[in-house]
Amino acid sequence: MNQKLHLLNELKPIPIEELQQKVSDEIKQEGRIIAFFGLPTSTDKTKLFLFIANKNNKSITPILTETTTSYQSLTPQIPQAHLFEREIFETINIFPKNHPWLKPLRDSQSSKMEFFSLTEDIHEVAVGPIHAGIIEPGHFRFQCYGECVKFLEIVLGYQHRGIEKALKHGPTKKTIHYMETIAGDTSIGHAIAYCQAMEQLACCKIPIRAEIIRAVLLELERLANHTGDLGALANDIGYLPTASYCGRLRGDFLNITALICGNRFGRNIVTVGGINNDIDDITIKFILDKLETTYEDVKSSVELLFQCDHAAGRLEKTGILDKKTAQDLGIVGVAARASGINIDSRLQFPTGIYSTCPIKIATQHKGDVWARARVRYLEIINSYEYIKTILAMLQPGPIITLIGPLAIDALTLSLVEGWRGEICHVALTDFEGNFLNYKIIDPSFHNWTGLAMVMRDEDIMNFPLCNKSFNLSYCGHDL
Amino acid sequence: MFKTIFTRLKQKFRTLPFPEKEPQLVDKFQGCPEINVKKCNLCQECCNICPTAAISHDIKIDLGKCIFCQKCTKICPNQTIQFSKDYRLAVNKREDLILSDKQLKKATVLGQAIKKILGRSLCLRQVSAGGCNGCELDINVLSTIVFDLSRFGIQFTASPRHADGLVITGPITCNMKEALLQTYEAISEPKIVIAVGACAISGGIYADHEEVLNGADKLLPVDLFIPGCPPHPITILDGLLRLINKTHTSLNDVE
Repeated sequence: MNQKLHLLNELKPIPIEELQQKVSDEIKQEGRIIAFFGLPTSTDKTKLFLFIANKNNKSITPILTETTTSYQSLTPQIPQAHLFEREIFETINIFPKNHPWLKPLRDSQSSKMEFFSLTEDIHEVAVGPIHAGIIEPGHFRFQCYGECVKFLEIVLGYQHRGIEKALKHGPTKKTIHYMETIAGDTSIGHAIAYCQAMEQLACCKIPIRAEIIRAVLLELERLANHTGDLGALANDIGYLPTASYCGRLRGDFLNITALICGNRFGRNIVTVGGINNDIDDITIKFILDKLETTYEDVKSSVELLFQCDHAAGRLEKTGILDKKTAQDLGIVGVAARASGINIDSRLQFPTGIYSTCPIKIATQHKGDVWARARVRYLEIINSYEYIKTILAMLQPGPIITLIGPLAIDALTLSLVEGWRGEICHVALTDFEGNFLNYKIIDPSFHNWTGLAMVMRDEDIMNFPLCNKSFNLSYCGHDL
Repeated sequence: MFKTIFTRLKQKFRTLPFPEKEPQLVDKFQGCPEINVKKCNLCQECCNICPTAAISHDIKIDLGKCIFCQKCTKICPNQTIQFSKDYRLAVNKREDLILSDKQLKKATVLGQAIKKILGRSLCLRQVSAGGCNGCELDINVLSTIVFDLSRFGIQFTASPRHADGLVITGPITCNMKEALLQTYEAISEPKIVIAVGACAISGGIYADHEEVLNGADKLLPVDLFIPGCPPHPITILDGLLRLINKTHTSLNDVE
């Protein structure tokens, strides 16, 4: 069982030499690294915090160790640590010895930036940071043999705004707004993760009415984005009926969110202690009616796509992410579930209303673009049913509670299943109850490498399709 | 095939009759703030609580900084500031975004010369320079059937060489400065620049971070500012239509 709050002085550090063995043992039991970061101290020692989540026994295990300047990299044996180690090196200069590809993570303008290149008969295709459409910037470098991609390297960091640095010594009046714009399409997910962390630090339970409305907002965010993604996938293969209907329907889901809080992305409603404004019975009835008509239209639109043979021809066996690679890389969310890995924080680490009213999980096993589209469709069905179920459970009551002071010299970890996947926030407080450190791990942080892997031996023309089938956040990675 | 046709009939015609008719917005829509200075008791609570310091001590709101969180409305004991349902927020000059108790000076058409060249066909290149994807998504949605941007002769293009203007979102991260400037240089004259969202106008919630440059007008001459966080698609559309003089006459302000 995972403990929500730890006092920092109760976590006993293990020797740095034992870190690799300890983590390997956990990984062998189907554990996953969900967070790994460093914290300089006032002495010459830097603390390294690593968290392992295990869906089988539903546990989150914290591991603490210390080092001065370097340690043996975990990546050669445990690939899912690779980006965490690059981040630690970039931010606090702790060197992971023998890391196979230690290059800047978010410093895209760095002179130390290098690219892996193959030679002989291989030509390089470089795309970005600015892309063709209205989309965030990122750099993709393909090593191609004719039309076949042999290797894809993804360089991000163009959206780096310095959020984690700005969160230190908080919370302040700006904190919730940073959380809502970590990834602007996941405002609800990150806002709930932050508020949960704060409520855990204050050992406070929010009213059940607020729990339900938060879950409704989170599922509406999922519905809107999955609908948009299915439309975008259809657009990329030229199947215009689904593309055109889903474009409108995504907006309809966003407008339902706007009915609740005035903002299509659900900003300014989730707050520490609960939610900012309530909804009356008339609005709830209106929401349910609108939800039903929108859902029926989504069903008829998306089923056209799945029943179309030439659409299947494009989507099936494209961009395959096999289960072993997905597990080795610690892939989360929709991409993981499409490759047969049944992880979902709402089920395995439930918080709020998900603890008392579980939601169904959606999985596929082929790991191709088709499977990722299918998981999205199944999640649309599950989310729709779930919203109806929990809205029927609403009882009159308060929507917010005043939380007390935050625990001092403490650590808490908050998990939320955002629409892309698992969102993880880790908050550490100092002796005054202010943030000593605030670590944010967006699901995209884990999953960008998955996209790089699926493009190996794939036709370059399938890149937009594969990219859209993952639909990852650039700014969520860059912070 | 019959299923495809049947679904098409079921999905119906969805394009909004904008600008001929006013759009239907939700009750809680956060449009242009209205300031009633006479009600103010000078407690300065709104100035203190604003996350982006958008409210001055003489109760003027800098809409370029405003993220429409409504904390000022909730904390005010006298309802001095109220958010209306007026979605028309776009302006031509940065100083026009400083809202007092007078009406907002909304954007008008650019000079006749520009209108003659770009008025019937405006091709825009969008660059996200640190945007959180909120503004990007709300610009993207303009190309869907609900707003159908191309019926006004406006479209987004992949190449800056084909573009007449640049649409910028995000607070301009240092890492995107070079790419943004190269894109601007690649657009041939006459060209316009449009800044969408609080981040692109002033840096928004990221103002004064050392990783960002605090907005587009620090680097480039901006012709249209569309405030919001993110601005509703109808606000962005209204701003673009004002630029090329395609708003409905009844929606134009007579000053």
